[in-house]
Amino acid sequence: MSVGLVIVAHSGRLAEGVVELAAQMAPEVRVVPAGGLPDGATGTDFETVSAALSDADSGSGAVLLYDLGSAQMTAELAVESLGDPSTAIVADAPLVEGAVAAAVAAQGDSDVEAVARAAAGAASMEMAGAEPGSAAGAEPAPGQPAAAGESATAAAEIREELVLDNEIGLHARPAAMLTRTLTGLDATVTIVFGDKEADAASVLGLMGLGARQGDRITIRASGRDAQQAVQRILDLAARDFDE
Amino acid sequence: MPCTAQDVIAALRAGAETVTEHRDELIRLDRAIGDADHGENMDRGFRAVVAQLDSASPRTPSAVLKLAATTLISSVGGASGPLYGTAFLRAASAAGDVTELDGRAVADALRAGMEGVTARGKAVTGDKTMIDALAPAVEAAKASADSDATAATVLAVAADAARTGAEATEPMVARKGRASYLGERSAGHLDPGARSTALLLAAFADTVRTDR
Repeated sequence: MSVGLVIVAHSGRLAEGVVELAAQMAPEVRVVPAGGLPDGATGTDFETVSAALSDADSGSGAVLLYDLGSAQMTAELAVESLGDPSTAIVADAPLVEGAVAAAVAAQGDSDVEAVARAAAGAASMEMAGAEPGSAAGAEPAPGQPAAAGESATAAAEIREELVLDNEIGLHARPAAMLTRTLTGLDATVTIVFGDKEADAASVLGLMGLGARQGDRITIRASGRDAQQAVQRILDLAARDFDE
Repeated sequence: MPCTAQDVIAALRAGAETVTEHRDELIRLDRAIGDADHGENMDRGFRAVVAQLDSASPRTPSAVLKLAATTLISSVGGASGPLYGTAFLRAASAAGDVTELDGRAVADALRAGMEGVTARGKAVTGDKTMIDALAPAVEAAKASADSDATAATVLAVAADAARTGAEATEPMVARKGRASYLGERSAGHLDPGARSTALLLAAFADTVRTDR
């Protein structure tokens, strides 16, 4: 089973809305809402969060995301109160973007740490991918140029173009499918559209490209499985992302 | 004289009474710079603690503190639940298995409680939070314990320092919690969390003092 997610929010409806969105990106991931107080008022409740946490963890651990203020404290307290607190992590991430990124990472069978990192990485992501290369790494080492990967792999880079025929273009669900299809491959894949580019590992980065039906995108892939990565994306596009 | 489980129970009951007595004041303070629920939340939480103490009889100071912690966590709500809950939980751990707390143990438990609050809420002195009452209390308690004071004396000086610390939050501009959303406008009001911390410590100190 994959890592589960808990959405800790002050409002029940907010939590449920985020769950709805994340579940659409990653249908097989258990995403559990923990929003509001038991009487329906706004706030976060320790028992509710604890129950959601044990519900979300089906053996592979869980990552918690929170909206604001005391939600973080309640989430942290719930984790510390676990028999084994190392099975869950409170992600320091924006709620919506983080939940989507975490859900996709969890669907790709990432472990708890990797799912939490994916969520946290959503915070630093350039939505529009305006700055080439900026979306490449979730954790750029300070003082080290982020382009380390580029020069090393540039020689073996594969480029392929395709036209998006599916109705909604590279919107949420197709973007999530594209990211997921690359899971497990040893390849660095960038999608270029016009003067913008995005790391294919980032659903939000891909969505930020704004590529729609009829748009031509370029796939740039490097790494050992680059060929396979490109092929998988071409296959997805050929199937119109299963629309 | 040391502080037994019975003393801690009595102190918590007195704390609950104080919170009920000052419920409206805490609501008023919180309305000025927060969301007006601190008085109600604390009152609900400490009533729940009293109800727990009525039905269970924990045998060590640590067990009493732990019961209070878990009850506060699940019944206070807001930020105060996790913060006070963590404070009591860490104090319970620091108290260990002993049946009586001397002055040193009380000072250590206070420090552990404050460290829990800091870890949970990330506030530092001057942020206009309960830390502004708790930090001076911990310092005063340590100084008092260093000169071999009794548990009652350690609590008394801690309570005095907490009151002064809480009063000093009035001109502060909040940097943590809901009040920080108000920026400069948060100045000119006592912080409700600092106030409730001072009230509780005063109640604890009075109980242990009058016990003897």
